[in-house]
Amino acid sequence: MEHNHITLPEGSIEKTTTTLNIGPTHPATHGVFQNIMEVDGERIVSSDQTVGYIHRAFEKLAERRPLYQITPITDRLNYCSSPINNMGWHITCEKFLNIETPKRVDYLRVIIMELARISDHLICNSIVGVDTGAYTGFLYVMQYRELIYEIYEEICGSRLTTNIGRIGGFERNFTNTAFTKLEKFLNEYPKVLKEFESLFTRNRIFMERTQGTGGISAERAMNYGFTGPNLRAAGVDYDVRVHQPYSSYQDFNFTVPVGTTGDNYDRFLVRNAEMWESISIIRQAYEKVQAFKGAEAEIYHADVPEYYLPKKEDVYTKMEALIWHFKIIMGEIDLPKGQIYCPVEGGNGELGFYLISDGGRTPFRLHFRRPCFIYYQAYPELIKGGMLSDAVVTMSSLNLIAGELDA
Amino acid sequence: MSLNNEIVQEKLVAKFGDQVSQFATSYGMLSFESPKEINLKVLQFLYDEPSLEFTFLTDICAVNYPNQTGAELVVVYHLHNLKENIRLRYSVSTSLENTDVYTATKLFESANWMERETYDFFGINFVGHPNLKRILNVDEMDYFPLRKEFPLEDQTRIDKDDEMFGRG
Repeated sequence: MEHNHITLPEGSIEKTTTTLNIGPTHPATHGVFQNIMEVDGERIVSSDQTVGYIHRAFEKLAERRPLYQITPITDRLNYCSSPINNMGWHITCEKFLNIETPKRVDYLRVIIMELARISDHLICNSIVGVDTGAYTGFLYVMQYRELIYEIYEEICGSRLTTNIGRIGGFERNFTNTAFTKLEKFLNEYPKVLKEFESLFTRNRIFMERTQGTGGISAERAMNYGFTGPNLRAAGVDYDVRVHQPYSSYQDFNFTVPVGTTGDNYDRFLVRNAEMWESISIIRQAYEKVQAFKGAEAEIYHADVPEYYLPKKEDVYTKMEALIWHFKIIMGEIDLPKGQIYCPVEGGNGELGFYLISDGGRTPFRLHFRRPCFIYYQAYPELIKGGMLSDAVVTMSSLNLIAGELDA
Repeated sequence: MSLNNEIVQEKLVAKFGDQVSQFATSYGMLSFESPKEINLKVLQFLYDEPSLEFTFLTDICAVNYPNQTGAELVVVYHLHNLKENIRLRYSVSTSLENTDVYTATKLFESANWMERETYDFFGINFVGHPNLKRILNVDEMDYFPLRKEFPLEDQTRIDKDDEMFGRG
């Protein structure tokens, strides 16, 4: 009676878990993400991520480009809120070159950045809805993202990869149509957001799917380098707009919403609350912009001839403007020596630009601190022991953007 | 707001003496250097010291200075004290021959992928890292692409004569 338990013969299948591959392209991942999971039934035992499928070597590319040519690269990081990336890059350059931007430019930028934040959170939250089985919200709010994209279009001519603004300000003044479209958005969107919230926030199915899944404590979140709404959902009130105000954010009144448990539900609530704050910030900024009268109301860029392209008619008629135009376009302007790290509050966290210049025309080194690259490492810990279907919700509620992650 | 760059600098000098050097402040951020052997001691001190508490690792990246013989590669840490809202930049340098630098993964979980990225692009060997392999590039790659010895593609090259490249 030495062997009364069942022993499997040598070489037979002893594994009790199943290896499951999700991605790199899968409808549930909303981006190029691969996860190899060990599942026991529907429970996740462990998982291993593979990233880098759309790596495009932005940091190397940036080493050959003059500053203004790097803006289109930043578009392609977090493409759900590319204006924030563009502005973040311009603000980094301006800080580095000690350019003071006029207040009106700052306020216009705030309008654009907060619109971008709304469109970013809108996508993320409605996708969380899709992954929990509620398609309606997603289809409904898409219409309002369209309104935001029309505003972008009116200002810079493009919709997704915006390349909006220039070093020192904007490429042109906002048209009246742009402001009309902004007013239309401000009038219509709050009602929709209210309806969107009433579809989800107290929805029994939604709450049961999201509460208590994908949670993280504040200490772990900080140790994992979480930033943005994901960190705030865990209860840490860190917001770059408040801690290190840029673009005159100190002139605005807004609250920083925080959660407690850091789970999918809290992340959803924090993003919704942030959209309300963004609407309020846009209203304040719009009021401030309207308060400018006379010549002040026409200012849309700083006076920096070395970096801001002169007017086209001046280029054709004035020697000096022609010289600056040529020098800027050919990238013939040497940067000062130095290093700067400049963060902005992106759609999904602290987006940082670490710029090193050795005095040449292009950055010696440019490093992007991409928030979702850093917090995606926590994903195995967030989903361990949970259901497979919750892992899908967790992934979308983290607001992972493959373009930013892979840079 | 009681903590400022001067206090941080004083405390570092009091603890590490002349091992920490090159203190500078640019755009409001304190930066300093130390030999790479004591990087963990410095990071741990900044983390644990009750009045410093740099407990948030913002970023790790590396820079390649081909002209600095013996210190060609520089690993840069950006740390943040969220309570006092003060940031600092700390760097250690290493040579191309011996790229060993101790890993910070025991202190910060977030350092895991940041160090993998740094290894991937610069070949810094983080000693003690739990899973030091390439992260964004393919595993088969046998060079470290962000080092300066790998130049960007020459726009005037003629070997790409394929029409599909637009140079037909």
